[in-house]
Amino acid sequence: MTSLASRLGSVWPPLVTGALILGVWEALVAGLGIQEFVLPKPSSIVQAVGTEWEGLRTAGIETGTIAVTGLILGVVGGLILALVVTRFGWLSDSLTPMAVAVNATPIIALAPIFNAWFGLTDDRSNQAVVVAVVFFPVFINTAKGLSSVDPDQIELMRSLAASERTILTRVRIPSAVPFFVTSLRLAAPLSVIAAIVAEYFGGPTNRLGPFITQNASFARYDNAWAAIVIASAIGLALFAVALLIERLAAPWRDGPTEG
Amino acid sequence: MPESSTQPAIQLKGISKIFNAGTDKEVRALEAIDLDIQPGQFISLIGPSGCGKSTLLRVIGDLIESTAGETKVFGKPAHQARLDRDYGMAFQKAGLFGWRTVAANIELPLELMGWDKTARKAKSAEMLDLVKLSDFGKHRPWQLSGGMQQRVAIARALSFSPQLLLMDEPFGALDEMTREHMQLELLRIHRETGTTVVFVTHSIPEAAFLSDRVVVLSPRPGRVHSVIEVDYGPGDRSDETRQMPEFFKKTTEVREALRAVEVAAGETL
Repeated sequence: MTSLASRLGSVWPPLVTGALILGVWEALVAGLGIQEFVLPKPSSIVQAVGTEWEGLRTAGIETGTIAVTGLILGVVGGLILALVVTRFGWLSDSLTPMAVAVNATPIIALAPIFNAWFGLTDDRSNQAVVVAVVFFPVFINTAKGLSSVDPDQIELMRSLAASERTILTRVRIPSAVPFFVTSLRLAAPLSVIAAIVAEYFGGPTNRLGPFITQNASFARYDNAWAAIVIASAIGLALFAVALLIERLAAPWRDGPTEG
Repeated sequence: MPESSTQPAIQLKGISKIFNAGTDKEVRALEAIDLDIQPGQFISLIGPSGCGKSTLLRVIGDLIESTAGETKVFGKPAHQARLDRDYGMAFQKAGLFGWRTVAANIELPLELMGWDKTARKAKSAEMLDLVKLSDFGKHRPWQLSGGMQQRVAIARALSFSPQLLLMDEPFGALDEMTREHMQLELLRIHRETGTTVVFVTHSIPEAAFLSDRVVVLSPRPGRVHSVIEVDYGPGDRSDETRQMPEFFKKTTEVREALRAVEVAAGETL
């Protein structure tokens, strides 16, 4: 366990750097006389968050809900399919390479298709994009974790007359936990990106995506940036939760890996 | 040890194993192996790589099915002995579970056997004592050195007091000093528990130091070339044993048998 002091110590440098960047940004925009519609000052963006708070809050909750529900569905789906294909080896041989291939494609491009399938105003259109984006990394990583178990450990379990089911619960699943929580850490910020990009393709207007596009089209870039700040905050919050889960679920990873 | 009239711990009759039979990748790993191992004996299987010594160990443990022949462990078919959890197993890699503490690793077999928590705790404490790691029960495996991890693996294999211990080059990855220390520990545990040990190794001095009998296997297909009886007289084996003329004589005997095996294998190539 790292001490509190050293944890705080590792928090300070990025905070200081971040503050420094904001300071330079503010000074440059003011000093060089850059127009606010090109690049608003950080202080203007903070101000816009204040004045637009009501709209941003609603939009943030709407988009956040889509991202979180899609994230949960995608994670649960990826987890279940990983368990199923591990149980049946032949399924894994045929499905996993396909999943890897699909994962390499820009799934987000499916957004207009989902709009057509579920209807433009249906929450499921945007949720489906999030699910599709989150599902594959979770499935691929978890399936890899479930199958890449030390063969000696499997032999040991067999020598103890353990059933396949016992091997799954006592060896495969614990071995896969670090892989799963890592995929969760990758998937969490992806869910917010996917939700907002999906919203760019149309749908209900009380969300962060349309909030950004509409304000940008009226040259209210301070408001657009304010929405980006909210989106970033949601992404960071989900990432932090995933990080916390990773710490809690796989504490043995603090040590060097075996072998 | 005089040949007793009691039932052997392990009886191998005409064991053969062919991998990928009928394909061009066919490997005749074992052929017509006959071997009896008496209860309480320490047996080493030694031979050049590819002689099937690890395969033979896994046939005894019913982790690999032989193509022909009969394997009996304590008078039962090997399959039944595995289901009855009649043996413990240790490998070259400790193979400990990183998500479990050292004590919980040792308790794993007991969990599978349905022991209650109090009994498990008591037993793992006893086993930690046996392998001299009493202070490390709450540690994680990665906090231990390679030699200590291997001791935990041995404690795990012995936790449920099996009458047979199957070991596949358990000290192969250790440095020489640790290895010699572990050999003494293993002999002490063997004496204290009376467990029959089948020990796969490719180290000549290791086989000569530990064993009551050294079984020398020839490669492709693996056959029993010779069985060398080892007896250094009364008293426990110790580091002094390694200096005895009798020990040098035995290592030479094993070495010559291995040379003969390799020459014979070379001629058939």
